[in-house]
Amino acid sequence: MCGIAGLFSKSLDVSGGLGGHLGAMLLQLSDRGPDSAGVAVYREPAPLGSSKLSLFSPDPDQDWAAVQDALAEEFGAGEPELRASHAVIVVETDAEAAQAWVREHLPELRVMSAGQTIEIYKEAGSPRDFVEAFALDEMQGSHALGHTRMATESAVTTEHSHPFSTGLDLCLVHNGSLSNHNLLRRRLRREGIQFETDNDSEVAAGYLTYRLREGASLEQALEGCLDDLDGFYTFAVGTAEGFAVLRDPIACKPAVMAETDDWVAMASEYRAIAVLPGAESATLWEPEPGRVYSWERAPV
Amino acid sequence: MDPSRAHPAEPGASGRPPPSGLDAQEIDLAITPLRDLNAALHDVGEDGPRRWRVLNPRGAHALAAGIDAPIEVDVEGHAGYYCAGMNQLATVRVHGNAGVGVAENIMSGSVVVHGNASQSAGATGRGGLVSIRGDASARCGISMKGVDIVVRGSVGHMSAFMAQKGRLVVCGDAGEALGDSNYEARLYVRGAVAGLGADCVEKEMRDEHRTELGELLGLAEVEGCEVSEFRRYGSARRLYNFHVDNAGEY
Repeated sequence: MCGIAGLFSKSLDVSGGLGGHLGAMLLQLSDRGPDSAGVAVYREPAPLGSSKLSLFSPDPDQDWAAVQDALAEEFGAGEPELRASHAVIVVETDAEAAQAWVREHLPELRVMSAGQTIEIYKEAGSPRDFVEAFALDEMQGSHALGHTRMATESAVTTEHSHPFSTGLDLCLVHNGSLSNHNLLRRRLRREGIQFETDNDSEVAAGYLTYRLREGASLEQALEGCLDDLDGFYTFAVGTAEGFAVLRDPIACKPAVMAETDDWVAMASEYRAIAVLPGAESATLWEPEPGRVYSWERAPV
Repeated sequence: MDPSRAHPAEPGASGRPPPSGLDAQEIDLAITPLRDLNAALHDVGEDGPRRWRVLNPRGAHALAAGIDAPIEVDVEGHAGYYCAGMNQLATVRVHGNAGVGVAENIMSGSVVVHGNASQSAGATGRGGLVSIRGDASARCGISMKGVDIVVRGSVGHMSAFMAQKGRLVVCGDAGEALGDSNYEARLYVRGAVAGLGADCVEKEMRDEHRTELGELLGLAEVEGCEVSEFRRYGSARRLYNFHVDNAGEY
């Protein structure tokens, strides 16, 4: 099963309560995904010349001050912002360099996301525990995606949870299952795409990373999924400017979209939208199969 | 026509629900748990309230599912999955949209959705009437076994897939693979059909078809559609038996 949710703010009020709204959506989707939960929140852009890393440590006694010191010595780095097992650190270099350096020198950490504005948090366990442990209520932001997972294709761990990073400031959440992911993973590895797990959704993320790297627009990359991915999917993809939604051509997995003057939302089920302010009077529709829907704000 | 299929009066021109009347039992799902509502609807017996209004449905699943009594239920908002599933005798009106599988396995009575319905509306239904005032998405009437479904708007792909019996009326367009592997359900479409499924063919509209279509449009209180605007589709009956020419397909 799995549940996915996306929320794109069009008003200061909604931006101010973005994390709380997304948390409420995830709780409604708990039945669809009790195994793990995760969010990608787009907020507080790093200053020009700097970038943000979301880091995960499986060690509850992780010494984050030491991580900061190491990054500060190499590039310059800000105070880590801690949330449960994760920390977000602003590093005074570009995201690719920061990510590569962490992977090489701090292999005990996982880079969950890298970019200017994206932050990814995810963890095995119930969505309710996740929403509380990561204090989603306190998060502001411009837009966000979330996921509740019911595992079918691979293990239940934090690393197997969604969202998956698909490149700088990009992420993917997936409801469904892919059947050609092993073949596709081998092909993408030959193209230099790295995978951290045996998860099928991570392959979809890697596929988008590859297509975007080769020069495709996000829309083109998503349309490529229709030809190259075999299986069931509703995808939501987060970008620095907004998010996009795609359902497989047979529409095996559900999706509802809604829009008001204050927000645009997508979710696996309407009940996750019903918790948003003004949902009763929102324009509602079911996205058509095989068609890319996207929302963007002008880059600042 | 079976009187249990009789369609209730439409709400006023405003599109809002009919006046609840003095005897309408109101249940607010913001206060009352869904299971309590459904239990009350199941236990209505012969003396319980005949009219019910459900407030704040907020996409809850299995709303008013499993009713077996000639009562009326107005759901004042959007319903989640499997609303009015397995319905018998009751009239359930959703004054909003309905999620996946509205009126699935309906046995009798009627279910009216004033907005749009998601996938698999009326799936496996055996009797009664499902009336969708807006559009229905994919797989409308999948495996229908005797239900009548009237959609004022359009239906998505694979509608009436493996349908066995009953009538599907679509006043708008139909998506890809309409009536794939259909047995004996009769399909009437007024608009364009994106594509016919395996073994589904257009068939001649004879008088008996015009008569039954007119009755169905009347029951569902569809206005602005003429019987003469519809085409009929059904099974070519080529998939009924194994044919040696198809052996390579297995």
